[in-house]
Amino acid sequence: MLGLVVLSLPFYFLSLDLPRMLVNGPIQGSGFESPDATVLFARIAVQPPAFLHGWMGGSAWVLFDGFMLTRVPYLVAMSCGLLALVAVNGIFKFRINTLKGRLGERMLRRLRYQLFDHVLRFPAMHLRRLRQAEIASMIKDEVESLGGFIGDAFVQPAYLGGLAITAMAFIMMQNIWLGLVAGAIVLAQAFLIPKLRKRILVLGRARQIAARELAGRVGEVIEGGMEVHAHDTSNFERAEIGQRLGNIFNIRYEIYWRKFFVKFLNNFLAQVTPFIFYSVGGYLAIIGLLDIGQLVAALVAYKELPSPVKELIDWDQQRMDAQIKYEEVISQFNPAGLLEPHLQDIDANDEMPEGGVLSATRLTLDDDAGVKLIDGVSFSFDTASHIAITGSPSSGKEYIGLLLARLIPPASGRLSIGGTDMASFPEAVTGRRISYADGDSVLFARSVRDNMLYGLMHRPETLANGQAVNSREYKKSIVEARLSGNPEFDLRSDWIDYRAAGAQGPYDIDSYISAALDAVNLSEDIYQLGLRGSINMYDNPLLTENILSARRVLRDLLRESGDAALVESFDPDRFNHNATLGENLLFGTAVGATFSHGILSDDPYLMSVLNATGLTAELVRMGYAIAETMVEIFAGLAPGHPFFDQFSFIAADDLPLYQEILTRAGKLALDNLPFGDQRMLLGLPFDYVEARHRLGLIDGRMENLLLDARRRFAANLPPEYRGAIEFYDPEKYNSAATLLDNILFGRSLYGQVESQARIGVLINEIVSELNLRWEIFKVGLKFNVGVSGRHLSAVQRQKLTLARAILKRPALLVANDALGALDARSQQAILDNLKEFFAGSGLVWIVSQPVLAKGFDKILLIEDGKIAEQGDFEVLSQNGARFAKLLAAS
Amino acid sequence: MILNDEVELLRKVPLFSGVQPAKLKLLAFTSDRMVFTPGQELMRQGDVGDAAYLILSGDADIIIDSANGPLKVAQIGKNDFAGEMAILRGVPRSATVVAINEVTTLKITKEAFLQMLEDTPRIALEVLRVLTQRLEATTIDLSKAREKMHAAGIE
Repeated sequence: MLGLVVLSLPFYFLSLDLPRMLVNGPIQGSGFESPDATVLFARIAVQPPAFLHGWMGGSAWVLFDGFMLTRVPYLVAMSCGLLALVAVNGIFKFRINTLKGRLGERMLRRLRYQLFDHVLRFPAMHLRRLRQAEIASMIKDEVESLGGFIGDAFVQPAYLGGLAITAMAFIMMQNIWLGLVAGAIVLAQAFLIPKLRKRILVLGRARQIAARELAGRVGEVIEGGMEVHAHDTSNFERAEIGQRLGNIFNIRYEIYWRKFFVKFLNNFLAQVTPFIFYSVGGYLAIIGLLDIGQLVAALVAYKELPSPVKELIDWDQQRMDAQIKYEEVISQFNPAGLLEPHLQDIDANDEMPEGGVLSATRLTLDDDAGVKLIDGVSFSFDTASHIAITGSPSSGKEYIGLLLARLIPPASGRLSIGGTDMASFPEAVTGRRISYADGDSVLFARSVRDNMLYGLMHRPETLANGQAVNSREYKKSIVEARLSGNPEFDLRSDWIDYRAAGAQGPYDIDSYISAALDAVNLSEDIYQLGLRGSINMYDNPLLTENILSARRVLRDLLRESGDAALVESFDPDRFNHNATLGENLLFGTAVGATFSHGILSDDPYLMSVLNATGLTAELVRMGYAIAETMVEIFAGLAPGHPFFDQFSFIAADDLPLYQEILTRAGKLALDNLPFGDQRMLLGLPFDYVEARHRLGLIDGRMENLLLDARRRFAANLPPEYRGAIEFYDPEKYNSAATLLDNILFGRSLYGQVESQARIGVLINEIVSELNLRWEIFKVGLKFNVGVSGRHLSAVQRQKLTLARAILKRPALLVANDALGALDARSQQAILDNLKEFFAGSGLVWIVSQPVLAKGFDKILLIEDGKIAEQGDFEVLSQNGARFAKLLAAS
Repeated sequence: MILNDEVELLRKVPLFSGVQPAKLKLLAFTSDRMVFTPGQELMRQGDVGDAAYLILSGDADIIIDSANGPLKVAQIGKNDFAGEMAILRGVPRSATVVAINEVTTLKITKEAFLQMLEDTPRIALEVLRVLTQRLEATTIDLSKAREKMHAAGIE
């Protein structure tokens, strides 16, 4: 690229020289003293350097003889030459800029990757102290300008410097004094401006830090949103952020002020030179020391000069700015205790020392303030035994769990397995053979299944499929990754280590996932999620077929058992009294927003159907009756009353509006009401359920009208509505509805005792009978748990993270109060399963309730970071005074 | 049965006599009509109470678990309330109520019932009056029982 820069300079020089030749030659007529005089054009010759004259002779090597032209064609040729040079210069600039951009982007990619790589190597305790938003904003935003600058770092000074020197040299050649004046002013600029800009750089850095802290604070407030509401601190937070914004404003304003002052000074200096050129140069031209062409060319060259010089000064500022930013960012990413890269080596040996005894010798751990969290603890146990660690919440027992999983290093002391220091274990051992879960373990916003498999994704187990590997895009992406120092792994390869879970491959891993979920008593929940999930008919035709069978079986069962009154099935030819009027009209599940709740009366197509069947007036009449009742019974309630949300068709705020409409309707016939009033009334009946609201508004005649509208609505549905609704069809699967709704295919009846529970029992029976449980469970595995698993309950989250930790069948599981959200009885039930699951391998169970320590091979009781007592349950509960006391207190 | 009929029915319930129709309508609107088949339980002793039942038709047994097994203590029928004590005091059901024949009830949720009492002091007074009547009857029953026991020489 630098070669390209050097190559471009002669062309630049030529483009500066050409105007002089143009003005002096064809325009002023030198060389064209006679009208038919001709001049040699485009002769290309190289004059050999003097030291070669003896050997090669002094004559020029003529590469191209050129041709003779008269004055006007010469002018045209020269002008075209100028145009060509401008184009060549442009192309050089274009090429240099793209190369520069590519270099910058590669550097940006490399920088971001390395920062992220460092984040992955941060020690666990350090990660916990960080504000995520600050780190994310550094990787995302702050280094972006660095990447942009890196492309410029070398090319810009070379290119601009070359341009400036070429222009200076050219002016010097025209007139040495003019050149010296221009040079002096440029030097003054180059000296003065950076001095003035120093303060701007300092401010820039302050701005960067303030902005980052702002991002961190905003992130923190969002995370603590509940606390803000719970403690009414919203106005404090407003003030806090306002203060920060004010601070940033002051910094930014000062930057602006200084920036534009520097700009003003710069411009002023740049304009002083032409003044000298015009006055001094003009005088020189008048007395004949300088010809006009030279003066024009010097002026043109000088006009070219300030921009490279200015850009050079800018570049220097950017350089300093980038340097400060770089140092500032890098310092954040090099905390003490950064993990050595070899600990995360993808090919590291994941064998754990055989038949080991885990022993801890004089372990200590300090917090930031130097307080001892763990104080000289020594113990040992067989890695195939089951250990319970208990103690009060402030005993520091959880740190022993973190130390045992090697998530934090001890401040002093040693942990070893089979005599090997755990500090030397790569993460391939600590993350595959040892497993860790605690109550705060995080789930990712993926499906249940993907979250389970996350614990098995250590490295690509297969190559990407052959076709992909041989594709041009793939090869190109690998080359680019290499040039940017990024990993060359393919995300599309299968990263799942099936064998670690005991499975053969993708086809049987689900049964191992199921077994792990069984062990933590979560399978039933996942099955229920599956029942409430939906599948696409085309993705799983067999299951949809089976769901349809279940629908038929349920209907027969309801009929036989005399429970037919539990569900009112959807029948295309009958009105459903337990469904809303809107659902009866659409007779399908809305997909997307078109027919979604609340705006049915706004839809032009539905309105046209209602008009055609004569229903519009009927619905207005219904709306009137509903409004009348609502106003009558809700008028006496305070506006914030919960009944409005639970029962009313009309929001408290709208009640007076409807009251007015009713008054107007008392004087006029409904048909004569203003259009707006009619629309308001028309909006009410769509949520009306005859069996629930019991206003007696739907008689046989209305039913027939509504059925007629239902048929018309479906028959004439315009093409653009096709995707907006999936109709109920007794013989067809409905992809937009849940599996449960597909089996039920109707609405449960209002006023039936425990109808939901009874229906649940029936559906369970049918699912077992048809062997659908497994398939529905698999649909549940596809349920997306949401950001941090928020779509699950706290109990479900803890169970799932524990299941994830046992799926890889670790040699040692460290569960750090992993089920704290559960009551003791539920914990005990899961614990019994786990003891069976971990027969022959290690289980360290850190738990607050001492009663749950029963049945473990050994119990450690921690108090104030020290081991207070140890032994088995029988011994401790009788002879151990402290454990017995704790047991009695719980 | 539509809402207006239910309101008519409620007006005939002594507890609600004299309460404004609009308030009764609100009560009916916010409540569910539940039909129990013979032998079905309206509520079970010891369960958490979340609703009271007003019997619109049919009869039910009130049964208490005693040391000697289930013991029928009373029978209730049309216009009687069942389960209002549990939602007033927030305690578990004090008895099991079983339908004798087909029993149609108005299931009034705890929330709706309490709200109704708050909104309409008139109903609160009515409930208070009925409960006092019941207490009076119980006191009379108790003193009669004591007299009998006294006469029989137990005590």
